Amino acid sequence: MPVYTMKETKPAPSTSKGVVFWLRENLFPDIKNSLLTLTGFYFLYLAIPPLLTWMIFDATWSGTQEEIVNEGARWIFIIEKFDQFIYGFYPESLHWRPNLVLLITVLFLGSFKFVGNIKVKIVAILTYPFICFVLISGGWFGLETVGTEKWGGLMLTLVVAAVGIIASFPIGIVLALGRQSDMPIVKTLCIGFIEFIRGVPLITILFMASVVLPLFFSDGIDFDKLLRALIGITLFQAAYIAEVVRGGLQAIPKGQYEAAKSLGLGYWQGMIFIILPQALKISIPNLVGSFISLFKDTTLVLIIGLFDILAMVTLTNSDTLWLGYEIEGYVFVTFIYWVICFSMSQYSKSIERKFNTEH
Amino acid sequence: MNKIQSSAPTGNGFLNNPQNRAIIYQLLALLFVLFLAYYFTSNMFENVEKRGITTGFSFLDDVAGFGISQTLIPYDDGASTYYDVFVVGLLNTLLVAIIGVFFASVLGLLIGIGRLSPNFLIAKLSLIYIETFRNIPILLQILFWYNVVLAALPSPRKSFTYFDSFFLNNRGLLTPEPIFESGSGFILIAFILAIIGVFFLARWAKKHHDLTGKEFPLFKVSIAILIFAPLLVYFISGQPISAEYPQLKGFNFKGGLTIIPELLALIFALSIYTATYIAEAVRAGIEAVPLGQKEAAKSLGLKEHVILRKVVLPQALRVIIPPVINQYLNLVKNSSLATAIGYPEVVTLFSGTTLNQVGQAIEIILMTMAVYLTISIVISLVLNWINAKMEIKGR
Repeated sequence: MPVYTMKETKPAPSTSKGVVFWLRENLFPDIKNSLLTLTGFYFLYLAIPPLLTWMIFDATWSGTQEEIVNEGARWIFIIEKFDQFIYGFYPESLHWRPNLVLLITVLFLGSFKFVGNIKVKIVAILTYPFICFVLISGGWFGLETVGTEKWGGLMLTLVVAAVGIIASFPIGIVLALGRQSDMPIVKTLCIGFIEFIRGVPLITILFMASVVLPLFFSDGIDFDKLLRALIGITLFQAAYIAEVVRGGLQAIPKGQYEAAKSLGLGYWQGMIFIILPQALKISIPNLVGSFISLFKDTTLVLIIGLFDILAMVTLTNSDTLWLGYEIEGYVFVTFIYWVICFSMSQYSKSIERKFNTEH
Repeated sequence: MNKIQSSAPTGNGFLNNPQNRAIIYQLLALLFVLFLAYYFTSNMFENVEKRGITTGFSFLDDVAGFGISQTLIPYDDGASTYYDVFVVGLLNTLLVAIIGVFFASVLGLLIGIGRLSPNFLIAKLSLIYIETFRNIPILLQILFWYNVVLAALPSPRKSFTYFDSFFLNNRGLLTPEPIFESGSGFILIAFILAIIGVFFLARWAKKHHDLTGKEFPLFKVSIAILIFAPLLVYFISGQPISAEYPQLKGFNFKGGLTIIPELLALIFALSIYTATYIAEAVRAGIEAVPLGQKEAAKSLGLKEHVILRKVVLPQALRVIIPPVINQYLNLVKNSSLATAIGYPEVVTLFSGTTLNQVGQAIEIILMTMAVYLTISIVISLVLNWINAKMEIKGR
């Protein structure tokens, strides 16, 4: 009796698999695309080798200014001025304080997932800004006071971004709820505020905060320059957060609102326990997007005379011993901003993928 | 809208009535805002008086007395007023906005299509472009172009020369300047007439297509009309437009049109930055068209370019246009960063120089904000109009 044995499957022909197939399919499918590919490669050939040579192979990584012989990037400028880029004019002996704040922040964010108790969380959230402020600014517990005029560099950038993000969040949520509310006066006020802020550039708001805001208060109140900028940035960011949260609120089905009502929950109870947790969750990607914009916008404080990392680069360039090192400085700042913004955007994308359950 | 009203009343008290509560909350909010406004304005007037700053807009009639590197209207250092400065700044803002929007759109469209290209290399290069320039602050890009790239350009005597008529050096880009002699108005009239003609032709072509099903080569004919009608008038009226070429005289160029380096840096940075967002919008829009639409069109036997033009694009545009217009608005707002490199637009001239000279911060900053508010209101009205026009009409 003949036994049926399966034949070994033949390997696919070389025209439909393998490197050659991939190349033909993706790079050289027809004449038009082949030309495009070649142009692309030529462009890469023009751009990549000189860039790598400048940045790495011909670069000067150590030594003193006099010893520079290479044509490439002179990274010793960055190494020499590194402390100024990171801490601004913050006294060198006290650098441990911002460092400690960074450590606390990392621990704070890292441990947040593992703490279940909501009360601990709330206490932590409320004390965290206070601890950070005391550590950086000093003045309490025998810590030496460091005036805000000495804050600078990446530290200042992060302070501005963090305050802008944290302080604008509650204001933004209240504005979003106000805009969605049934009460005509509250609604009008919120819409007016949001649309006004969104209609003007941040730089005019910063000018307003730095020049006009002091006029709004009686003479006794002395405003710190940094505080003025922070108020401007917070109000600006709050309007954008409000629009993002509104998007989330509008995406929550009507049934959720009715369910909250039918459980006998009041407006605030329903919002806090039913609606906002869902609305904020679906807004996370857009919120992160708005944080990225804010982080990039922190560079604007240099226009009103604060020394963020970009301003520090401009400033160190006017150091007569280090003239003509703009490129290295700008590349360094670009790198820092790019790494932070890119990782935030990848994080936002990963969350979006997690939420995306459609096929 | 679905809103949670306050919970079911437990008693019949006045405060338990949701409507009464709403009124009280609103009154409180209104009182709070009014109080803030009163507090701020009264302090403001007090402070302004104490510092001896004049108020009101009469400063607009005073002579400004400073020079501006780029003016689109006649401007005289000794005679022009602050109002003229304002107009110069406004026009310079609009100039950047229009040029920037044009280049950002072209670049963004190309990159966005490149992102969806079946060509692996092109798709990846587009992705790298987007991810690189989107994540670098726009101010940093402006400063980089201005302080690094354009500052490295040679002096006028050693300029880069293209076709003997374009010169690029550290004073900017010099191009031939068109000189309009008498009779050139006819060319403009011919051009306007050509546009009107094309408009009616398009209406006729659509009607013709609806009635007979025959396709009229509208695009090619329109382009031909738009080019040849003014060209014909140009030759008939005796070539009234000539060009003045920039000439090297001594250490600098004379004649021609100079595009100042500040403007160049701003255009480069704004177009490259905004193009990344436009590219993403274009990609998202094209991807939003369901695959079934293309397959359905194919199964009807439509050709590839007809599918793109009649099936994919109309649906994609509905998704693409709103975010792109928002990006245009962002570009206009970002153009205010020109103040960092001293390009004479409304923030630099008005919130910068004029504020320093006059000191009337409130009026000046409010006027500057009003410029941008007006622009954004106009843009959002246009957007609403487009949205209403493109809305899918349910039957």
